Order: sequence, then structure tokens, then C-alpha cells
Amino acid sequence: MKPVEQPTDAVEIDLRVNGEAVSRKVPARLLLADLLRDGLDLTGTHLGCEHGICGACTVLLDGQPVRSCLTLAVQADGAEVTTVEGITPADGLNPMQQAFKDHHGLQCGFCTPGFLTTLASADPDDYPDDEAIRGLLSGNLCRCTGYEQIVASVRAAWQRD
Amino acid sequence: MKPPRFDYSRPRTLGRAAELLAASEGEGKLLAGGQSLMPLLNMRLAEPTVLIDLELVEELREVRRDGDVLAIGAGVRQRVAERSPLVRECCPLVPQALKHVGHVQIRNRGTFGGSIAHADATAELPAVALALDAELVATSVRGTRTIAARDFFLGPYSTTLEEDEVLTEVRLPILADARTAFLEVARRNGDFALAGLAAAVRFAPGTATVVEARLAAVGFGGAPVRLTAAEASLANRELGAGAIDAAASEARVELRAGGTATEESQYRSDLVATLVRRALVEVGP
Repeated sequence: MKPVEQPTDAVEIDLRVNGEAVSRKVPARLLLADLLRDGLDLTGTHLGCEHGICGACTVLLDGQPVRSCLTLAVQADGAEVTTVEGITPADGLNPMQQAFKDHHGLQCGFCTPGFLTTLASADPDDYPDDEAIRGLLSGNLCRCTGYEQIVASVRAAWQRD
Repeated sequence: MKPPRFDYSRPRTLGRAAELLAASEGEGKLLAGGQSLMPLLNMRLAEPTVLIDLELVEELREVRRDGDVLAIGAGVRQRVAERSPLVRECCPLVPQALKHVGHVQIRNRGTFGGSIAHADATAELPAVALALDAELVATSVRGTRTIAARDFFLGPYSTTLEEDEVLTEVRLPILADARTAFLEVARRNGDFALAGLAAAVRFAPGTATVVEARLAAVGFGGAPVRLTAAEASLANRELGAGAIDAAASEARVELRAGGTATEESQYRSDLVATLVRRALVEVGP
């Protein structure tokens, strides 16, 4: 990340997105979510509320889940960003995705990328029971499932059943 | 729901950040984690002309023990403070409170000082600062000063920080042997609290006798409040059912005396009385 000594309305940024180098000049006010969706065509990152409540836009910034609607693209300068596309194997689904499919952890699917990215960075040992899993996922809203199947999916992926 | 136009800067030093903030003549905003500022920008409730990103100002990222004070840099991520062994050892109230701050995705970005400077009416960290009698260090082009927590919080989103000042450090006195708890009631996990309570109680060694109790409540009038009557009722008393009942009752009375007697404020004072009771049971010997 480079200093920007003089205030400016557009900034050159260099970052890595899903392992690939990206360099571009972005408006200072551009949200990371909009860089991903509109600039890089990574439309798996969904924008729900755009003020940090719903969690659908969660991506990994240097490995940690963050709201891409509450992060400016310029703040990702120098960072490694991983989206739901980045955690999806080329030839199918990862174990968590497969568990969501098997256990009806999604219906409309709008919120799912946010759940998957949040879970992708989680160490199962830090979330030993259902209550802890619910705590971890409390920053992601789902209006279809009622969460029961999502928790069941996580349990299955973490081989707890 | 997109931010308005602004200019952006990312200075390398605190001095340059303070210069940029002063030069903006009140139209600039500091950007740390952005977890309070970004929603305000997205909803166009704030329209600063310039954002001054503090990301590269390394000196704001330090957590250190300084004698009997734990000094947490304003730019320390909430998640880092929450998981820091040093913070847990010196001020367990901090990680206890941070569990209630937003969600893990928010705490990965949000900063310790950002939450205090933003001063949301129901934020947890201002109550921690008030309960521990923290000192807040602020820097501007005019110099550096230290502000006592009790003189810092004025009301919702309102502090005694001047518009050209950068909050740089939060100095938390280490209360040796204190037992602490942070409890709150929110409608949903991670949501803004209806009421919350920071509690730190010191006992005479090997006894249940309270030497000192510190209780700070959130959810009233926009700034955290110390429950001085409840604190006084506990001093030099054995912490049993009678003392706990008395403290909860004092808390309810002093909160009702201070504010307008709306049903909502009465409900919140009842919640705090319950939280006082629970916290005292939790910290009890």
C-alpha cells in the first residue's frame, strides 16, 4: 500500500483478486464490492443492504472476512482479496458448498456467498458447538432458510453429525 | 446507497494526517476501519470533502503496557484487541465488551479508537473507557492533549474532540485483581444494544468484601453514564444477595432520576438493573 500524500479523487491501486494481479485507477469513492462486481465481473459477491447489516457482500481481505460494501476499493490497495469465486474449485464445489447443497443450506441463494466466505476463513476449533456457529454467522442474514439448514450444513461440512 | 464524491488521502505520518485534517477546516473526515463512517457515507448522512485514511500511520497500531496503564493505539483493529493476550491479561473487560461489537466481519476492520471517537449512543467501548477512567490522547497541529473519559463523551456522536484533532491512543488503567463483566441486551446478536453495562469490581484479598465497584451503563441520553449511587452502595460491603439487590435498585433509581420518564427509558433502566444483578453475580467470588 502506497501513501497518497495529496488528496485526490482517483487513485492507482494494485491488488490481487483470487490470486490474479489487478492494477487500475479507481474513483476514491468506489466501493470494493463495486470494483469486484462491475470492474472485474465477479458477480458472485452480492450487494444486499449496502450499509453493513446483511453480510451478503462478505469477501476475504488478506484472509479475513470483511464487508465489501463498507470497504473502499482504495483501502484494498496492496491486499489479497478472495471472493466466493476464489474459494470455488474449477471442477465443482468445495466441501462447504457441497454441504449447503446437500442440506438445503440455501433457497434463493442471494445470501450464500457471504456465508461461504465467512465460513471459509473460520477455524472449526474456534466454533465447537451450534451456539458458536450461530454466533459466527450472526453477521450474515438469510431470509429463506430460517438458519436451521445452514447450521446443519456447517455441522456436516465440519463432520459433526 | 453509494458514497458521495470526496477526495482521498493516505498520509504516512500522524503529523501529515493532522495537517490534512486541519487544512480541511472541518469538512474532512478521518477514515480508520470505516465501519461507522462508511454506512454514513453510503446513506449520504455524511458528505465530507476529503477523507484522510489512517491506514499507514503505524504508531496508531501499537498495544503496549506502560506501567499500570494499558495503552491501546486508536488504530488497533477491534479483532486484534479482542484476541490479544496482553489486552486480556491487563484489561479483560475489553475483550468481554468487544464480543458485543458488531460481528466478526465488522471487528476485522473496525478500530478501537474509531468506535470511541464515533461515540454511538449505545457503543460498548465508550462505556469501557468510562468505567475504567481511561485517558484519551488527541493530537492536532496545535499539539497533543489528554482528555479524561468522563470529560470526553457529550452525547450521541458527540465528544469533546475538536474538529482538527486525531484520537491517537486510549490509556486504560490496569485494575489489578478486578473482576469484570460486560453484559448487554440487544434485539439481535451483534445489533445495537438497548442497554449495556460495563462492570469492574475489586474485592479485599480472599474475601467477598467489595473494595471498589465501577459500573457504566449505555443506552441513556446518548453517552455512557457511571452508576455512582450503585457503586457507592457496594463499597465496603460483602457481595451477597442483599448488596446485589441494593445496587440494582440504586441503578434503577439513579437512571430514572436523570432522564425523561418515558416508558422506553423506564424499560431501559429496568434492563440495566437486571444487568447490574447479573454482572455482580458473574464477578462475585
